[in-house]
Amino acid sequence: MLWLFFFLVTVIHAELCQPDAENAFKVRLSIRTALGDKAYVWDTNEEYLFRAMVAFSMRKVPNRETTEISHVLLCNVTQRVSFWFVVTDPSKNHTLPADEVQSAIRMNRNRINNVFFLNDQTLEFLKIPSTLAPPTDPSIPIWIIIFGVIFCIVIVATTLLILSGIRQRRRKNKGSSEVDDIEEKLESMGTLANSVPCDSLDMKGGHINDIFMTEDERLTPL
Amino acid sequence: MEPPSAHLASLAKNKELQPWGSQGCSAWHPERRAGAEATESGAQEKAQGKAREQWGDPLQFIFTCISYSVGLGNVWRFPYLCQMYGGGSFLVPYLIMLVVEGMPLLYLELAVGQRMRQGSIGAWRAISPYLGGVGMASIVVSFFLSLYYNVVNTWSLWYFFHSFQDPLPWSICPLNGNLTGYVEECEKASSTQYFWYRKTLNISPSIQDSGAVQWEPALCLILAWMVVFLCTLRGAETTGKVAYFTALLPYCVLIIYLVRGLTLHGATNGLMYMFTPKVEQLANPKTWINAATQIFFSLGLGFGSLIAFASYNEPSNNCQKHTIIVSLVNSASSIFASVVTFSIYGFKATFNYENCLNKVILLLINSFDLEDGTVTASNLEQVKDYLASTYPSKYSEVLPHMQNCSLESELDTAVQGTGLAFIVYTEAIKNMEVPQLWSVLYFAMLLTLGVGSMLGNTMGILTPLTDSKVISSYLPKEAISGLLCFVNCAIGLLFTMEAGSYWFDIFNDYAATLSLLLIVLVETVAVCYVYGLRRFGAELKAMTGCALNWYWKTMWAFVSPLLIVGLFFFYLTDYILSGTPQYQAWDATQGQLVTKDYPTYSLAFIGLLIGSSIMCIPLAALGTFVMHRLRKGDRTSTA
Repeated sequence: MLWLFFFLVTVIHAELCQPDAENAFKVRLSIRTALGDKAYVWDTNEEYLFRAMVAFSMRKVPNRETTEISHVLLCNVTQRVSFWFVVTDPSKNHTLPADEVQSAIRMNRNRINNVFFLNDQTLEFLKIPSTLAPPTDPSIPIWIIIFGVIFCIVIVATTLLILSGIRQRRRKNKGSSEVDDIEEKLESMGTLANSVPCDSLDMKGGHINDIFMTEDERLTPL
Repeated sequence: MEPPSAHLASLAKNKELQPWGSQGCSAWHPERRAGAEATESGAQEKAQGKAREQWGDPLQFIFTCISYSVGLGNVWRFPYLCQMYGGGSFLVPYLIMLVVEGMPLLYLELAVGQRMRQGSIGAWRAISPYLGGVGMASIVVSFFLSLYYNVVNTWSLWYFFHSFQDPLPWSICPLNGNLTGYVEECEKASSTQYFWYRKTLNISPSIQDSGAVQWEPALCLILAWMVVFLCTLRGAETTGKVAYFTALLPYCVLIIYLVRGLTLHGATNGLMYMFTPKVEQLANPKTWINAATQIFFSLGLGFGSLIAFASYNEPSNNCQKHTIIVSLVNSASSIFASVVTFSIYGFKATFNYENCLNKVILLLINSFDLEDGTVTASNLEQVKDYLASTYPSKYSEVLPHMQNCSLESELDTAVQGTGLAFIVYTEAIKNMEVPQLWSVLYFAMLLTLGVGSMLGNTMGILTPLTDSKVISSYLPKEAISGLLCFVNCAIGLLFTMEAGSYWFDIFNDYAATLSLLLIVLVETVAVCYVYGLRRFGAELKAMTGCALNWYWKTMWAFVSPLLIVGLFFFYLTDYILSGTPQYQAWDATQGQLVTKDYPTYSLAFIGLLIGSSIMCIPLAALGTFVMHRLRKGDRTSTA
């Protein structure tokens, strides 16, 4: 009788956990891709750990605190490593609804990943979308800070250059106004050539060379 | 040199003569004059007597020329041409064109500037009074160029500011609303394309949808123009000093990138593929035409900037030697930049190829439940054959989903322009270690290259403006620079609108190409045939001490003009034969570029762009002719 009972139980279990069964999820692990030389072998002990993690996740759901490891069934383990699992209720007659299992796994995904040293890409729960990490937006975008710094530097440099230019021009104007005074003084003395008054030159019999008066040839005619 | 007294008497006559040429003689007159006639034309005297400002150091002149010529085109156009037109064998037509076209035309412009000691308008008016229009056309083209070139600096600044984050914003796609996946546009395209088209440009689907001005790029544009204003505000004094920095930094960065690039995994794939000569391309006429065009535009001829630079030289400066230095450095920089670019290409292509292989491997082991790690790149083909024979039906189901991975097809993706700088390079950078450092270095290099060329351009516009007595008597130099930068910035805000990138492409393709060819052609013909090659050669010899040998004379008189005429006809026939111009628009729903036709008003604008610069030449000549006729009429009526 007992053998018959156990036989029935295993048959029922087998029916509960099947590929594409109701409320069953496929899991795929890529241990060698993730860990390379440090990859561990997937054996029954690892499977036990996996079942424990799923049970742990289910116990966090309200009304499911009594989930045991034996309620989690694994089947169809391949070499890939991939397998299907279901979570049954305490009576072991039917499986828990997929939504509950999905939300439980999603909430504890990080813990499950860390136990196996894997991440969302190497430990895949097909049909359970992973929650992507939200972007960390700082309150002020960084680029504005750097923009502000460079903008201020440029404005300061420009102002300094303009001010020094204005100062230089004022100095030149002062210098040239002195030159103007000297010129007025000279003008009052009459026409000069080499600081000698021209009138005196004419009286002393200077000559004007006419050859240098004709300028027209030098300039390109139209 | 005439004696002072004689010149005093002739000063009164000067007022009747044309307004040009008076400053050109300033080199031969002493600083100050005293005398009654001097006081009458006192203001004019002072303007003449004031010596033209000069470079602090002849090295500043060389560095300014180098930083002007070595620009973005060396980095993002030459590698593309090299790849498309025969790899290593492209260097042959390139170097031939350098000797036949590049060096002679560069020497011509520098010699004209140094001899006439004025900006482009004054210099060409001195060659012949009817040719002031050439200078004006140069200014118009320079103005168009400065309008859109600084937009590239804006984008470089934007990327530069965004490089100080971890992770780099273009390396990951942003998440969608409910945090279960990525934004759809980013999934269909790639994260680097998404960042460029959506976050930087916020591009609209077509040129008709102008959209609004984006404030973030607008801020960067204002900063870019402020930097240009800061560097050009005092003229040659400040620009010369900045040139040390803008000329040398790109080379430092390129050397660092060369070392890093050559040590990247897969770099040798790129180098070998690109530089392997494909000698059959030498028979393709497009190879030669593109080599000629690249040399021509790379040196920055025809904008008036080179004339402006040389006008601040001492008359005895040996510009022949400098020509050879600048043109060789420019070409060497192009080749150097393409070595770096090809090693980066190789890295990126190898990375993508290995990614593709990994995806195929994952697909196979998932579908057939093979043990993870048994299928690698080396045994992939054997595994595929084995699976095809053992599970034919399942294999045929999986086959359509398997991508065909090919290293050659990854290497063959040839990109030029903004696509290369902001999409391809950023994609390669995000996969390097410490990507923030490489990104900062790269965009700093792009910035210095761009700002160096901008400074040359702005100086090409400012020098004729500050030389003109009309404007410089009302406004000081700083105010003219400020006004020019302000106007450029205000118009440039149009490029920060959502459709701005499409207008940028219009300017990039049409604003400078045909006009420059015509301008340089008129310049060469003017110097050789209107002014007289012998006369110019004699003046150069008197000024610098180096005579024009047969090489320069033949090139100036025959070879270069013929070459330019050939290029001109090629461009015209190309424009006419290719029908309605089309452009590439970004389709957000598909995540890729699609080709669209330009609307009529864009085509009209293109015509206006080209026409407005070219028409300056005949219109100015006509104007001078009419004015002389009127003046002759006045003179005959008053005489």
